[in-house]
Amino acid sequence: MRYLPLTDEDRAEMLAAIGAASIDDLFVDVPEEARLSGPIAGLPLHMPELQVERELARMAARNMTAGAGPFFLGCGAYKHHVPATVDHIIQRGEFLTSYTPYQPEIAQGTLQYLFEFQTQVARLTAMEVANASMYDGSTACVEAIFMARRITRRAKTILSGGLHPHYLKVAQTLCRFTGDRLVALEPRLAPGRPGDDLAAMLDAIDEETSAVVVQNPNLFGHIADLSELAARAHAKGALLIAVVTEVVSLGALEPPGAMGADILVAEGQSIGNGLNFGGPYLGLFATRERFVRQMPGRLAGETVDAEGRRGFVLTLSTREQHIRREKATSNICTNSGLCALAFAAHMALLGERGLRQLAQLNHARATHAASRLAAIPGVSLLNGPFFNEFTVMLPVDSRPAVRAMAEMGVLGGVSLARLWPERPDFAHGLVVAATECTTPHDIDLLARAISEVIAQ
Amino acid sequence: MTREGRPTSPGGAAPGRPHAPTFTGNRALALEEPLLFEAGRLETSGVDFEAVPAHESRLGGLARKAPIGLPGLAEGECVRHFTRLSRQNYAIDMGLFPLGSCTMKHNPRLNEKMARLPGFADIHPLQPQDTVQGALELMHRLQDWLLKLTGMAAVAMSPKAGAHGELCGMLAIRAALDARGDARKVVLVPESAHGTNPATAAFCGFAVESIPANIRGRVDLEALLARLGPDVAAVMITNPNTCGLFEPDMKAIADAVHAAGGFVYCDGANFNAIVGRVRPGDLGIDAMHINLHKTFSTPHGGGGPGSGPVVFSAALAPFAPLPFVEEEAGHLFLVEEENAAAHHASAFGRMVAFHGQMGMFVRALAYMMSHGADGLRQVAEDAVLNANYVLRRLEDVLSAPYAATGPCMHEALFSDAFLDGTGATTLDFAKALIDEGFHPMTVYFPLVVHGAMLVEPTETESRARLDQFVGAMRALAARAREGGAGAMKAAPIHAPRARLDETRAARTPILVWQPPAADRLAAE
Repeated sequence: MRYLPLTDEDRAEMLAAIGAASIDDLFVDVPEEARLSGPIAGLPLHMPELQVERELARMAARNMTAGAGPFFLGCGAYKHHVPATVDHIIQRGEFLTSYTPYQPEIAQGTLQYLFEFQTQVARLTAMEVANASMYDGSTACVEAIFMARRITRRAKTILSGGLHPHYLKVAQTLCRFTGDRLVALEPRLAPGRPGDDLAAMLDAIDEETSAVVVQNPNLFGHIADLSELAARAHAKGALLIAVVTEVVSLGALEPPGAMGADILVAEGQSIGNGLNFGGPYLGLFATRERFVRQMPGRLAGETVDAEGRRGFVLTLSTREQHIRREKATSNICTNSGLCALAFAAHMALLGERGLRQLAQLNHARATHAASRLAAIPGVSLLNGPFFNEFTVMLPVDSRPAVRAMAEMGVLGGVSLARLWPERPDFAHGLVVAATECTTPHDIDLLARAISEVIAQ
Repeated sequence: MTREGRPTSPGGAAPGRPHAPTFTGNRALALEEPLLFEAGRLETSGVDFEAVPAHESRLGGLARKAPIGLPGLAEGECVRHFTRLSRQNYAIDMGLFPLGSCTMKHNPRLNEKMARLPGFADIHPLQPQDTVQGALELMHRLQDWLLKLTGMAAVAMSPKAGAHGELCGMLAIRAALDARGDARKVVLVPESAHGTNPATAAFCGFAVESIPANIRGRVDLEALLARLGPDVAAVMITNPNTCGLFEPDMKAIADAVHAAGGFVYCDGANFNAIVGRVRPGDLGIDAMHINLHKTFSTPHGGGGPGSGPVVFSAALAPFAPLPFVEEEAGHLFLVEEENAAAHHASAFGRMVAFHGQMGMFVRALAYMMSHGADGLRQVAEDAVLNANYVLRRLEDVLSAPYAATGPCMHEALFSDAFLDGTGATTLDFAKALIDEGFHPMTVYFPLVVHGAMLVEPTETESRARLDQFVGAMRALAARAREGGAGAMKAAPIHAPRARLDETRAARTPILVWQPPAADRLAAE
């Protein structure tokens, strides 16, 4: 077995050194009735590398990949081009096969890139501090709700209907058990501003409100100015939690920190990380400096070594489970370190100039796609302002339309019925995302496919 | 090299050789690297884009106003920046990484290659399910492996890491209790447990009570049985436990907890010791998370991403969260909110957006298929053999509090008693081990042993590596005994950094880079 270096001779000699007659002697504490006498039935025996590769390649070939044709899915996961350099960097064994940097003297590589990552995230979002990552955007979002409750000592959170429905379900699942009260507004597809419920949120904030949660751009692609919402929340002693599921948008849009957000959570997958069928992804978490001790997750901080040289360590760990146990701010331990490295490396390659170009290119492709689709008879564009994602209403049910387009080789978007099967009024809605990977020809093929499914 | 890995002739790194200062601060291959924010430029980019086509902005007046402040690097400089940083890290690829309870085993590169197949890496979680049958097949296959290896009834695939899996398991227990109108509030946690256990139980609204260990390093069965009652919702237990010992009373504990109306959660962090030899389902466990990034070798990546699927007993299976994969007549589909009523009506909800850590699923399945049912059994045996070998070769010079109770499982626990009177601490010992070219063992955990040192060599270490490690440990113990504590307090001296001031970092936190004051003034 290629991963096991011990030979039978080693094993025999080592058993002798230990003073055990057989390997079974080392498992004496296992009750007899629980000991298995041989390999577990119903599972294959060991395989050569080539055979594993063949079998997995067979499964992979059954999937239709985003890169194989026109591709327009978004809604919290985006197809972007990741430079080859990024994958090279994250595959370096010193990063890939290291552990959480608990011994900082021999983990400065990890700690320094985490410090750089935190700084990148804080600047990108215009917040003051950011942590070393969370699992993903959805889990970061519910952690933000809990953090707001710790700060405000209030238990009611208002969630915009423009929030990704999976994020809402994750929050509802956990809050059912923690006693946090969620007021989730129903999403509305108002023309010109789908999913925008700023007015309703302004009305809903009261003295019991801990936080308001609003996604920008929202699930339908609509973008809004959150400043008034932040001001109203603050006036009532509540916090604004801003959610971003497409971080490339921050290269073009006013950042949540500049609009008064107190906590920013984001899905960082778009920078440096592939689609991966939903994971692993990268939760971004940023806040104001005064709230840092209520923040969940690891933090890298600057310090000096015994010789006075700059170095980095994990810090403020008295917030964390391995020190504080049941009084920790979160139970999180493992996070998304390597995905944060991919983000940091991709962002270092892009720089300010590259990020702005990338964002502009995304926006240009999306405006092109939106105009093109809106010109199809029977198709209406719901959005006023948007970044790289927008919602159209088809004259037919969008879910079968998406399936029919897939048969034509076009992955044409996310049907709202996939996300809200319980909302018949959403059945015709289709969310379309375009990125730098989208070509004008892809947009032609999408327009043609939509026209065809409408005609069918 | 000698049998214990010592150079047979003096090498270049002779002790006491003066370190002449260099102009750069570098020392040959030991290269210093500035922060990205010091080296990069706002106008530099390492990515070329096609020209942005003419378009009418539809940003609705919300275009970004102020500069962002993100420096860029040309591609070559970027590769260098991160390569130079990488060389300041220790890693499994470089040597023994005996971090107890973390299972730092070899990470096969086949798994990396497979996870990067476009058919897995380049598919969107919301694609029509007919277009991702291969991905669903892979998840279904992995589910099958996990269920057969554990002998359990159901599995939740979505939890993102071990602690997230614990949360998933404990929420299922809460949901099962709620379903029968039972408001039990207390969760019993042995004092040797990982910090995530009490943190998770508290997160779910349970009151945590600690259960002591007995003098054999196991859960005190009498104390546990005495505490069971109608207010106890669950016991969270780690088996093998964090002292590296199997809990021989596991089945008796489970039976008693069940008889008292509670559930048994098992922290599966140490599954590597028993995989293929013991099925948790045969021990009466109701829920257990499996760290794919431990037992099944998906890389730790400097702290993640991980993956923590949770297996459930028949009693808890109905409450497992969405989504997971089912098969009907050769067609694979996700059980999600919309079809849950027909397939899984009591699910307690959803833990994450989308379906879990697909990239980790591919790696774990590639690893399982490579080893097979026979190889995984050998994994557990070699892991346990290696740990016992280390234990027996060190017990005469270190202090092994439970060595007399019999063999350990996959990790060997030592206390700091052997350092009494030497002036050296567990931390000093660990830092001195860094200078010997090893990553230290887990220190000061578990809390039940004073100055704990927890050594988990894993099955992928050769006997020669273990002998070298044992030799270094014995040499350090001798040095401490012979008055070398002062030198150990200065360790590490050969690492990229000497000991770092953690107190200072926590007292005045610097969590993001700030330009030097002079630059800030100039900018204003």
